[in-house]
Amino acid sequence: MSGFLVSTKINGDAFQFACPSEETLLDSLRNRVGLTGVKEGCGTGDCGACSITLDGSLVCSCLVLAAEADGREIGTVEGLSDGMKLHPLQEKFIEHAALQCGICTPGFLISAKALLEKNPKPSEKEIRYALAGNLCRCTGYDKIVRAVQAAAKEMRKK
Amino acid sequence: MRFESPTTTKEAAALLTGELGDAYILAGGTDLLVRMKLGLIEPALVVDIKKIPATQEINVSDKGISIGASVSGATMSEHAKLNKSWPGVVEAANLIGSDQIQSRCTIAGNLCNASPAADSVPALIAAGAKAVIVGEQRRRTVPVEKIITGPGTTSLQKGELIESILLPKQAARSADAYLRFIPRTEMDIAVVGVGINLTLARGVIQSARVVLGAVAPTPILVAKAAKAIVGTKLDAQALENLAAACSDACDPIDDKRGTIEYRTRVAGVLARRAAVIAFKRAGGA
Repeated sequence: MSGFLVSTKINGDAFQFACPSEETLLDSLRNRVGLTGVKEGCGTGDCGACSITLDGSLVCSCLVLAAEADGREIGTVEGLSDGMKLHPLQEKFIEHAALQCGICTPGFLISAKALLEKNPKPSEKEIRYALAGNLCRCTGYDKIVRAVQAAAKEMRKK
Repeated sequence: MRFESPTTTKEAAALLTGELGDAYILAGGTDLLVRMKLGLIEPALVVDIKKIPATQEINVSDKGISIGASVSGATMSEHAKLNKSWPGVVEAANLIGSDQIQSRCTIAGNLCNASPAADSVPALIAAGAKAVIVGEQRRRTVPVEKIITGPGTTSLQKGELIESILLPKQAARSADAYLRFIPRTEMDIAVVGVGINLTLARGVIQSARVVLGAVAPTPILVAKAAKAIVGTKLDAQALENLAAACSDACDPIDDKRGTIEYRTRVAGVLARRAAVIAFKRAGGA
């Protein structure tokens, strides 16, 4: 087994870790960096629970080798709030009860944030298509869509 | 497993050639990492080609548009000139997976993965696209339809990799379109896919390429389907002949997504719809 030294910036902070070359970024983030907000659902890119941003683009961290992250910037759910102040998406997810078990929530938050950065005023259809790569088995999606709409409205005020 | 990220295509070819064990190319990784996770493959070497500048670019020239082998679907969707010249190719590439997948997936990877149901491949073949293949000793340019030899197999030799996909310059009064059918609205594998590219002269179809996906072991270029619409203004009879020729060319599997009978029928229906879209885009009435 040959190892690899990965130097990254995670949620704005420089971070270095060593891992086997075949390790996924999902496993490194959880087990080496301690960012357990990144969840493993399917491990094959279908469920979106492990969604993160890599140099600003939305990806499934289960489909990225940690070695690929060398020299790149990673964004996870842990970087969403500003200290103790929650991100509007997080606030609206709570207000609208857009979660039950919570496993899918970090992925939904990251995907929704990526959407709102590109499109501050998405239609319901655009929200549903943008979140099609995130699966939730509790909410039936409707509350999630409402929460994203409410957060978008809140964010446009600022 | 060894992980390498070379900065030239030649270097990548040398690494692939020199490895005695199983060597794999990593671009988007949306198929490769799934196969690793499922234990279907155990690579001795993975060569990440994303640090090779030639694989990262979309280049527009007199010859056409070249799309680097590690250009993502999302990047393709943002390229105005590519969207204008080859909307069918872009819509096919953008049908693959979620936004998360689009950030990573590539058309060269879609081609090399060689799934019979690959969405971008029928559109590429319809467009007359060519793959630029680099080996340690030589470069060669091969029509896309010569790459896939069967489910999961390609004509690429050991040590070879695709550097870019070259779309020809789109002719005047021409357009392409791609449609696929899946049992749900998003995130599924094609039951049937149809790519069509056609050129008009005074409102009449002068030439066409019709390609079916997911209805045979490889995508199929259906000459008889093109013949059915060439010389017509895509009237009702031409559309009927097109549908019949497409259904006739099908040799599909039976699976949970669709039976043989269903796929065969849908191929004809989808071809009619795709032809109408391409015809309108080309300025036909």
